[in-house]
Amino acid sequence: MGRSALSDNAQLHSSVNGNHDTQILSGYETLVEKTPEGLNTISVLVSGVYCAACIQKIEGSLSQEQDIILARLNFTTRRLTITWSGVPEQSNRYIHIIENLGYTVNPFDPQIWQEESKVEERFLLLCLGVAGFAMGNIMLLSVGLWTTTGETMGLATRELLHLISAAIALPTILFSGRPFFRSAIKALKGGHTNMDVPISLALILASSMSLFETINGGEHVYFDSAVMLTFFLLIGRTLDFRARKQARAGASDLLDTMTGFANVIEDGKVRRVLIRDLHENQYVRIAAGENFPVDGQIIEGQSEVDTSLVTGETLPRAIKPEDDVFAGTLNLSVPVTMVVSKPAKDSLLSEIVKLMEQAEQSKAIYVRLADRAARLYTPVVHTLAALAFLGWLFIGDLDWQAALMISITVLIITCPCALGLAVPVVQVLATGKLMKNGVLIKSGDALERLASIDTVLLDKTGTLTLGHPTLEGNPPQEALRLAASLAAHSRHPLSKAISQSYAGVLLETRQVQEHPGQGLEGVIDGKPVRLGSRAWCGDKNAPPSDMLELWLRIDNQTPIAFFFTDHLREDTCDCIEALKKASLTPIIVSGDRNHITQKIAKECGIERFYSEQTPPQKFQIMENLKREGHKILMVGDGLNDAPVLTGATVSMAPGTAIDMAQNAADIIFMGKKLMPVHTTYNTARLAQKLVKQNFTLAVLYNIIAVPLALSGLVTPLVAAIAMSGSSLIVIANSFRLKVIK
Amino acid sequence: MSILIYLIPIALFLGLLGLAAFIWSLKSGQYDDLDGAAQRILFDEEKTLTQDHDIPHS
Repeated sequence: MGRSALSDNAQLHSSVNGNHDTQILSGYETLVEKTPEGLNTISVLVSGVYCAACIQKIEGSLSQEQDIILARLNFTTRRLTITWSGVPEQSNRYIHIIENLGYTVNPFDPQIWQEESKVEERFLLLCLGVAGFAMGNIMLLSVGLWTTTGETMGLATRELLHLISAAIALPTILFSGRPFFRSAIKALKGGHTNMDVPISLALILASSMSLFETINGGEHVYFDSAVMLTFFLLIGRTLDFRARKQARAGASDLLDTMTGFANVIEDGKVRRVLIRDLHENQYVRIAAGENFPVDGQIIEGQSEVDTSLVTGETLPRAIKPEDDVFAGTLNLSVPVTMVVSKPAKDSLLSEIVKLMEQAEQSKAIYVRLADRAARLYTPVVHTLAALAFLGWLFIGDLDWQAALMISITVLIITCPCALGLAVPVVQVLATGKLMKNGVLIKSGDALERLASIDTVLLDKTGTLTLGHPTLEGNPPQEALRLAASLAAHSRHPLSKAISQSYAGVLLETRQVQEHPGQGLEGVIDGKPVRLGSRAWCGDKNAPPSDMLELWLRIDNQTPIAFFFTDHLREDTCDCIEALKKASLTPIIVSGDRNHITQKIAKECGIERFYSEQTPPQKFQIMENLKREGHKILMVGDGLNDAPVLTGATVSMAPGTAIDMAQNAADIIFMGKKLMPVHTTYNTARLAQKLVKQNFTLAVLYNIIAVPLALSGLVTPLVAAIAMSGSSLIVIANSFRLKVIK
Repeated sequence: MSILIYLIPIALFLGLLGLAAFIWSLKSGQYDDLDGAAQRILFDEEKTLTQDHDIPHS
């Protein structure tokens, strides 16, 4: 593609344009597209955008540039689109301007963004809009129709109003009813039914019966009910779609880490290459604080890697030449060079994405309770209606129109209103109740699935424990001050723990050096100070401890030790106890070392645990349990848990989890406690009980109403009262959720 | 009742006008970024903020 030629060109242009800033990074010109008008346009993802001022700053700074025609930042998707006249290479300068403002820019890969879901959302909104406007107009006419009689307004006027209602309603139902019709047809083709089958049938029957009445000059038409039903159902459908879209964003977030550039070394020169274009045997330079872009092997440099993203381990791992490193892990201390062993699409990170996609697909098989009810309900009701028609036609000696009318009444009176309300009302109330307690439910059927579980898989670090080491005991203040002053220069988790437990003023530190795998060295008040491992600067004769430790040595004085542990959440043991009482089996799956996992398991009374598990192994454990017929709740917070979070029957993540895990989980709980896991389970059980009661009530109502309809005794008025009455009873029963503790 | 001959077409026309406006707004992408609009309302008319190079909150 002659990319290197282009890069040189870019350097040239930036100097032509008189930019005196530091080195401008090239590479973005490969992402520029031409618009039909011959302009250049680029889309990038900007992270770090939180408020109005950010939008203002980015768009404002760009629009001051000469050639810029449009700079627009989408606040929801964090996607910035820049359009300019001139040459593609100017993109590098524009990106540099944004990076100078302090934001991180990632190349945007349109393949990752699901254009599909956007189209689907627009389609739903369009259907909703059309149904809304049609409903408003029909209601204007219906007020007149329902408040007076035909005699008062004149039969001709009534027929006119009926005709106009028909003219509005029929196209609307054909247009806006499509989401239901499509889903119903799909279900029927697959040889089963779902809730959309009775809904579609009710819509079609109500409109065709009303059309029949209109043509024959009948008294009542139900176009308004049909359009209103469409409108309300579409509101629910749209909200549900939005929630699910957010959940799906999970996979693309993960891929964001792979959409950047990597610094490839070729013939002694550094060249920026898109991560997805990296191939085997290329040499890549990774600066301190940068993520490894692909899987590979270290060939030069010694450093430490934070592997918590992949393994869940708290402590960094020291790396030296010939060690393997994985995409997504973070280089902590010193720049290193690696050789690529697998292209980005085959990296461990991509494997996690693939596992998640696989899990996502298998999850779609879950059948909601309402749909399961519909599977029973639809054949029964339709058989009854058919029997009513045949019975009145052949045995009752009615003409076919009257017999058809009765059979349609049967179908309409069993219209799935109460049945359709049974689940959503309870879910909305339960979700609201949990929200007040800091638990966010992301998908509508999560509670339903939660009520069915029998096994709880728990991640260790960050789930059972707080997820970061904290300083134990009370070390002398003066030593802590020195240690904190030095620790402020490092990203190591133990350094962070020291920084966090010291609130005072720091001392001036000079000549700080980080020795990977050993510790930090610096000069404070003219004295050399070391903070690091026992072997490097500690007291080698001190009794060994099974806690994490750091040693501080000032000049040649006796070293002072600091101890750290990753504490259990304060109510972890109570929560495990409560879960066991509810006859659930807790199991720990951790990526951490065996003896640490064992110690934690013992502390909180969990018998079964798996340690040193890679993400695919964790996923395998879950699959095996599923195959044995277990329903699983996964609680986890790391990237290594993400596939299991997606694949488990239902999943929860703490609010401190990485975005990726939060996106993959169905439920998120806030705060420092683990107890919400048990509380949510209890609420889910209660909600499930109420849903089942609601179904019973709806069935009872049908047992009374259907025989009446079969006998031809039901007038439109009776049908209307009976239908709204049943819905009210179901709603009233659902509200008990708020009362029951 | 003959007033209906005028009123109903007027009502329908107004309704269709609203629907057309909605479809136009949907097509022109006004529903793509529902959160951004709420933030943009806070902008000053004058572009004063653009000069400063503060580090954004992270």
